[in-house]
Amino acid sequence: MSAPTRNLPVPLDDSAALTELERIWAPRRGFRGWLTSVDHKSIAKRYIVTALIMFLLAGLEAAAMRAQLSRPENTLVGPDMYNQLFSMHGTTMMFLFAVPIMIAVGLYLVPLMVGTRNVAFPRLNACGYWVYLIGAILLYAGFAVNSGPEAGWFAYVPLSGPQYSAGKRTDIWAQMITFTEIAGLIAATQLIVTILKQRAPGMSLNRVPIFVWGMLVTAFMVIFAMPSVAVGSQYLAMDRLISTHFFNPAEGGDALLWQHMFWFFGHPEVYIMFIPGTAIVSALLPAFTRRSVFGYHAVVLSMIATGFIGFGLWVHHMFAAPVPQLGQSLFTAASTMIAIPNGIQIFCWIATIWTGRPIFRTPLLFAIGGIVIFIAGGLTGVMIASIPFDLQVHDTYFIVAHFHYIILGGVVLPLFAGIYYWFPKVTGRLLSETLGKLHFWLMFVGVNVTFFPMHQLGMEGMPRRVYTYLEGTGWGDLNLVATIGAVTIFASVMTFLANVVSAYVRGERAPDNPWDAPTLEWATTSPPAAFNFRNIPVVESGAPLWDHPAELPVVTGLRTDRREVLLTTALDAVPDARHAHPGDSIWPFMLAVAIGIFFITLIFTPWGFVIGTVLSMIAFGIWAWPRGHHDAELLELPRDAAAAGATDRARSEVLR
Amino acid sequence: MPMRDWTPGIVALIAITTLTGCEREERRFREVPPAGTATSDVVMSSLQPGPSLVSVAHEHPYERNAWAVSQGKRLYVQMNCAGCHGMGGGGGMGPPLMDDEWIYGADPANIFSTIVEGRPNGMPSFRGRLSNDQVWQIVSYVRALSGQLRKDVRTSRDDHSSDYPDEQNRNRQSPRQSFRPRGSEFP
Amino acid sequence: MLQAPRYAQQSMIDPAGPKAAAVYDFWLFLIVTSAVVFVVVVGALLFGALKRRPRAPERAVPVDAEHRVARIVGGAVAATALILAVFLTLNWKLERAIAAPKQGNVLTVDVIGHQWWWEIQYPDSLNVSNWISTANEVHIPVNRPVRLRMTSRDVIHSFWVPNLSGKKDLVPGRVTETWFQADTPGVYRGQCAEFCGHQHANMALLVIAHRPDEFREWVAAARAPASEPYDSLRQAGKQVFLAGSCSLCHSVSGTPAYGRVGPDLTHVGSRRTIAAGTLPNTRGHMAGWILDPQRIKPGAYMPPNGLEPSQLNALLAYLEGLK
Repeated sequence: MSAPTRNLPVPLDDSAALTELERIWAPRRGFRGWLTSVDHKSIAKRYIVTALIMFLLAGLEAAAMRAQLSRPENTLVGPDMYNQLFSMHGTTMMFLFAVPIMIAVGLYLVPLMVGTRNVAFPRLNACGYWVYLIGAILLYAGFAVNSGPEAGWFAYVPLSGPQYSAGKRTDIWAQMITFTEIAGLIAATQLIVTILKQRAPGMSLNRVPIFVWGMLVTAFMVIFAMPSVAVGSQYLAMDRLISTHFFNPAEGGDALLWQHMFWFFGHPEVYIMFIPGTAIVSALLPAFTRRSVFGYHAVVLSMIATGFIGFGLWVHHMFAAPVPQLGQSLFTAASTMIAIPNGIQIFCWIATIWTGRPIFRTPLLFAIGGIVIFIAGGLTGVMIASIPFDLQVHDTYFIVAHFHYIILGGVVLPLFAGIYYWFPKVTGRLLSETLGKLHFWLMFVGVNVTFFPMHQLGMEGMPRRVYTYLEGTGWGDLNLVATIGAVTIFASVMTFLANVVSAYVRGERAPDNPWDAPTLEWATTSPPAAFNFRNIPVVESGAPLWDHPAELPVVTGLRTDRREVLLTTALDAVPDARHAHPGDSIWPFMLAVAIGIFFITLIFTPWGFVIGTVLSMIAFGIWAWPRGHHDAELLELPRDAAAAGATDRARSEVLR
Repeated sequence: MPMRDWTPGIVALIAITTLTGCEREERRFREVPPAGTATSDVVMSSLQPGPSLVSVAHEHPYERNAWAVSQGKRLYVQMNCAGCHGMGGGGGMGPPLMDDEWIYGADPANIFSTIVEGRPNGMPSFRGRLSNDQVWQIVSYVRALSGQLRKDVRTSRDDHSSDYPDEQNRNRQSPRQSFRPRGSEFP
Repeated sequence: MLQAPRYAQQSMIDPAGPKAAAVYDFWLFLIVTSAVVFVVVVGALLFGALKRRPRAPERAVPVDAEHRVARIVGGAVAATALILAVFLTLNWKLERAIAAPKQGNVLTVDVIGHQWWWEIQYPDSLNVSNWISTANEVHIPVNRPVRLRMTSRDVIHSFWVPNLSGKKDLVPGRVTETWFQADTPGVYRGQCAEFCGHQHANMALLVIAHRPDEFREWVAAARAPASEPYDSLRQAGKQVFLAGSCSLCHSVSGTPAYGRVGPDLTHVGSRRTIAAGTLPNTRGHMAGWILDPQRIKPGAYMPPNGLEPSQLNALLAYLEGLK
């Protein structure tokens, strides 16, 4: 495979212009450069590394819990510490690991896959990461000083309310939620605008890679779901700090209101994590089955359908709560119906693998293993759509087993598949196949040994969130098995870390397209240059690198003396405008710090509103101060040319 | 430009945050050894037989512990302190506890002995009824009522119908001795 | 017909009443269907991945093969929809079947959740003195539906006795209802199923199903005030109870102890467990619980009690006598 020749053979002939392009897009040097960079790749890498650290910490918390539960009436950790541990584990995994890392993979790959130089709002993107980082640090600093959340990741009132959660533990949790929601909304905005406005010429919506479609659906879900919990957590903070009564039944509030607000976010959250997971599977299948994914339209429409139906499921977390029965039936129907789009996706993957020529490298193993685990989780998911059955297993270890099958099969294993798949692109090094396969088998076995016995435990009556259990319950043996499984998962993650470290130390150099994959991210160097592509490629199908194994058609004409991206139309990706992009700046970081001061001060005094608003206004004011910069230059396209489609080279000439 | 060495300052800052955070958030379920319903450890007189000892100001650790204060609030309601002193210490049959007037002293030790010993004109004695720890929890809450405690350890509103300002956002009162005869202002 | 009482393991796959049995039968359908679907789908996946392939040029998938595969995928989706439709229909029938008790003569029991114990009341609107208040034990007659009216005094709890019935939350400010019925005399354990704080793990209760005549006896005994101590040791124990800290939180009917903070102890001597299903009701456990409850249930609201040995001995004798 002569991969390097693919690297944009229509060169920017002028080597002076290339040098200029490199200079214009290069980040500043040193620590200051690190703080000011707005490159989507370096920001996404930070996101991913931070989220993986969070994954490790949450895993350690899980290990502590499994150690405590390994035998009945154990006294390794007391109830107070245990409650903090499971709250931290859930909060970290959901808010600080799963969603951020999926969004971050999107932030890294989407601009590469759609063939553009950066995300739509680079400075905002940087700001989003810093806000997320402050939230993560806040949560763990709180945990370190015995102020970890204690009311669960769901923080039901009144237990999390002012009367039953003394001190500042829940306030820290509530503000941490706000940080991650801000970061999530920022990233979602990036993805939507980048996908709809910055695709390479010719990449009409029916040629967009499935992964990018998945990120688009996810981003829209984030925008509709997250405000609900952001508002809810602020209500909670206000109830606690300034004695409002949003959730106090005695003063006209309602404890169930919190559950609705939380789960209206909380259930779509599952799909916000899981749709990117399926998107990763769909993205790597072509490379390892040597064919494009079977049923492109069916898969894309399934993801969109999942996105819509995903908002109609939240009450199935509340079947035991007082909700009218007719309403509950609707949610049963919706919870059942969501099996259909997900079934379509799974059947399409099976058809792809069946009709393709599978190459069993680590990414494909993780993808297939993930599908198997996910199918098991999906089947128990249909079971608990039934209200009578759910009322028996709700809030038991059956549910713990169910959603860990969903999340590990639909999120974590696909994520590792994606990491093995894209690691050469991101770092320029190949991961070891041997260690990778060991990692996979340890993890696959570990997940099943840990979580399968939990189905049985739940049906035998073991509730969730218990710090211990009596010996007479007979739950000891299965819990011990689960703990052994957890050790196996731990070993698998250590194998992964060893693999990453050894790849950095003495990993094989990766070519530009080591898997002979068809999508645009493989059309640039490994790792990609700061400007991603020398020239913006032109796309004529869903598999551009398979259409043009030797060379890609490109458009030229973007300026090299300033940062500029090409805007195209939302549906057909016809070139629309050249748009100047902002350079590096310290002010996104400063704004994030101001936002941090805002919400952290608010934990202790209502004056946080005043101080934080003023500081944020100052930071944002300086950031947004007009400095005589250039707006977009619209391209004058003949109407008929636009109508005729954008794939031919003639269109690219228009750019000149 | 030589960098100033911030390390000691940062370490000190972290240490302070850690200590206040830990102390505020600790859940002191089981004091060792479990304190019984013994007599008070409060000395009522400054006069002592034998060589005089330096008197130690009594600031109980519960005063910096949010959980203990919340337990004090629970006991304040459950032991029916609220029946006379009012929810939130607004007063009723008994004197209010949210103001600056104190008949029997506002120090923790005074409040402790008021609860344990009782006082004339209606304050019952809880001697033998509550454990020392429980009394100290109530003491911290009573002190929170007039804003004597740090803001971040005080309680906030409860989940009942409440028409009194929450303890957290009250202004700190400066306690003063009141000699007003009991009974006149509370018919 | 006499049946020996059962001491059932807390489990939904060992139903002891019509409601739990109906759910159990439905679960059998679910598990069998799911197992078949899992084997078929994962089998197809693994076979598709591992089957031997003829050597063929790369990326060549003939168009007619693609159409054939599309028909198979379409069939699989249709089969999925069909299975889900059957599931929804059966589920709907099950919901209707267990929505309400089939027969009249329902026994109403009030359940009030506290951190971390269950207050159980048998209301009697005709005669207030017949009102029964107990804790952590629900006594019921077999073959008679029981309706629970539930609320919570503090945070959200959830009532769950898997052998008899699924969950229902106890929400402060609301009254929720559920029902169940036991077919066999026996003791069925249940546990709080909504996270409610430090001792969520040790907030259990027992449902004790009696034969009807035994239930009548129990009701008569439960309505009676506490038995008067009949020896000097128990007299002394009663004094300890009333003069010490117990009576501030606990009540014993027929005495001046009227505390409503902790469980009613009028008939504590007849209960099977103490500390909300955590310890068997023996003299030693009771002593340990009174002296140092925070060792057994850290965070529970019961304070330690530093009693003299003689006081403790008398108190234990008194509590034992409260049958």
